[in-house]
Amino acid sequence: MEPTVEVQGLVKRYGPLAAVDGIDLKLRAGEVFAFLGPNGAGKTTTVEVLEGIRPRSAGKVRVLGHDPWTERAKLQRRVGVIPQDFSFFDKITPTEAIQFYARLFDKRPDPVSLLREVELEEKADDQFEKLSGGQKQKLGLALALVNDPEVLFLDEPTTGLDPQARRTVWTVIRSLRKGGRTIFLTTHYLEEAQSLADRVAIIDHGKIIAHGTPGEIIERFGRPQRLVLEGPPSLAKALEGWWRRPVSLVNGRTEVEVQAKEEILEVLQWVSASGLAWSGVGTTRDTLEDVFVRLVGRIDEGGSRASEPGTDAKGGRT
Amino acid sequence: MRPSRVAAYLLVFARTYLRSRVGLFFSLIFPIILILLFGSIFSNTGSSSSPVYVQNLDGTSVASQMFLTSLNATGAVSVHMVSSSVGNLSTWLVSKGYTAGIVLPAGFQASFAAHRPVKVIVYTDPAQPSTAGIVQGAVGYAVTSMNYAQSGQAPVVGTMELNVGSTTYQYIDYLVPGLIGFSILTSPMFSMTNIAAQYKKQKLFRQLSLTPLTRGEWLAASVLWYLVLVFASTVVMLAVGRGLFGATATPTLLTIPFLIFGPMLFVSLGLLLGTFSKTPESASVVGNLVTFPMMFLSGTFFPVSLFPDYLQAVAHVLPLYYVIDGLNNTMVFQNTTGALTDLLVVVGLAVLLFLAAIRAFRWQEE
Repeated sequence: MEPTVEVQGLVKRYGPLAAVDGIDLKLRAGEVFAFLGPNGAGKTTTVEVLEGIRPRSAGKVRVLGHDPWTERAKLQRRVGVIPQDFSFFDKITPTEAIQFYARLFDKRPDPVSLLREVELEEKADDQFEKLSGGQKQKLGLALALVNDPEVLFLDEPTTGLDPQARRTVWTVIRSLRKGGRTIFLTTHYLEEAQSLADRVAIIDHGKIIAHGTPGEIIERFGRPQRLVLEGPPSLAKALEGWWRRPVSLVNGRTEVEVQAKEEILEVLQWVSASGLAWSGVGTTRDTLEDVFVRLVGRIDEGGSRASEPGTDAKGGRT
Repeated sequence: MRPSRVAAYLLVFARTYLRSRVGLFFSLIFPIILILLFGSIFSNTGSSSSPVYVQNLDGTSVASQMFLTSLNATGAVSVHMVSSSVGNLSTWLVSKGYTAGIVLPAGFQASFAAHRPVKVIVYTDPAQPSTAGIVQGAVGYAVTSMNYAQSGQAPVVGTMELNVGSTTYQYIDYLVPGLIGFSILTSPMFSMTNIAAQYKKQKLFRQLSLTPLTRGEWLAASVLWYLVLVFASTVVMLAVGRGLFGATATPTLLTIPFLIFGPMLFVSLGLLLGTFSKTPESASVVGNLVTFPMMFLSGTFFPVSLFPDYLQAVAHVLPLYYVIDGLNNTMVFQNTTGALTDLLVVVGLAVLLFLAAIRAFRWQEE
């Protein structure tokens, strides 16, 4: 089956700066694909090239078999888009907005059921400027659905929303998958990627540094499983001298890397025989967040990279 | 260009405009306030006849009546009789705050009949040079016509400089086309400069670029909306001007193209100015810089013919001048040739700027 979205060697330069620096992507029909990265990583530039509102510097891009820049008109009828910070005419109501889009696309959707689908039917006749951030975003979703698209591009659909509004938008996005619709989503929220996406690509400084299902990414980039022991720092010290794999002290707990369950028993027998004090025991493995922090660094609520010595957060567009 | 898409955006734009009220105030209500204001201030002093107070000390003699008839015939002054019991006319005029008076001396008839020189005394206020000029001119005309009558020749009517121009048309006749021009200029200019920059900032252009709506359709719908506003404003201006102030301005078929291409010109110009501005704030500054001088120098509030020569030269390079001159030519002077010349300039500029605006403004970014 032909991929819904196919990208090979995409490059987008702004002067000397390569905002997107040679990326490859392939989306399967019906999947939710999350493009994850901090601000300035190249997410929005990539999605805008895919939407056909920005030309590319190099590479091959196909959406539903069409070049989005040269065959924009053909694609417009088959894709739906919510741009980053979606906004609309202040004085227009959601019902009027849907009627407007319906006339532009020459479609006959039912505004009431469309607004019900995005949980906005109660605000159907309120002017756009009176809607909350989450409600505005839901109108964006409803408008993206007017032409009954095969592919949806959602560029940071929940950025700037409070956690409550974010969750309701997630619920709506999940319901949009039905009918085999492909969804391409950019985000800097790990939780969003983990909770919505079938597959994830992590982008940083214009390059994809990891991709696959969340499980695959953890498998590939995460550290091995670890045995966690509650005990005094002297316990960590003693284990470090004896055990052949890395041992570390994290938040006052001793973490011991193990590769097989036999090794867990081996460590526990040694600790028991040593007579050192210890209380609790458990195991831990990396989450997507651990992997992300190790690959990209920590990012704050607004999507910006927390300051890290030695790395230079690239400016420019996200 | 698909009419259904133009209509769809026109509906959104009209709703936005009507619901925001500010735009509506400036497009329809503000010009009404202006016509009421300027109409009331200038319709008396600027009208054809200046009041003049005449004291006839020669009773009801034939000669004095002849003089007064001639004076009346100029149409430039309205004669008010003052009783001969008033002692010094000059003092009386000052006490009443009047600015012009005439004394026909006793024995006027006798001197006239006897071919003896006789002096008519004219009082004018040097601080009111226009009234003074009108009164002196009218008296001069009356004196001349009496002299002609005396020598047996027919009075020569209409050679007097006063009865051209300033007496044929009233101020309000210029004001109606002028304020229609004001609407044609200001409603599109102020809002289009702002819209171009505001839509860019709010990313509404990007939003529209994701739909099948084209830039040409968008601009055409905007022009259509201002046509609606300008036609509405024209109807109101004519109704108020004619109804309240007795304006004679009458629209003809040739008025209509000015009401179509005028808004098209200024919608396009406004969009161009907004497109080249980085922020909504700078857009409104640039819009004001272009709009205000054009508003005052194109004959909106006062006829350009009253301006000094160098300002008239400036007016001739302003697009609005040709709109207002054209409206005057069609609605007031019935000067078809003049109107067609103006129309040629307006249509040329409108088409040029419309095409330039479509080329210049982008709704995608590089």
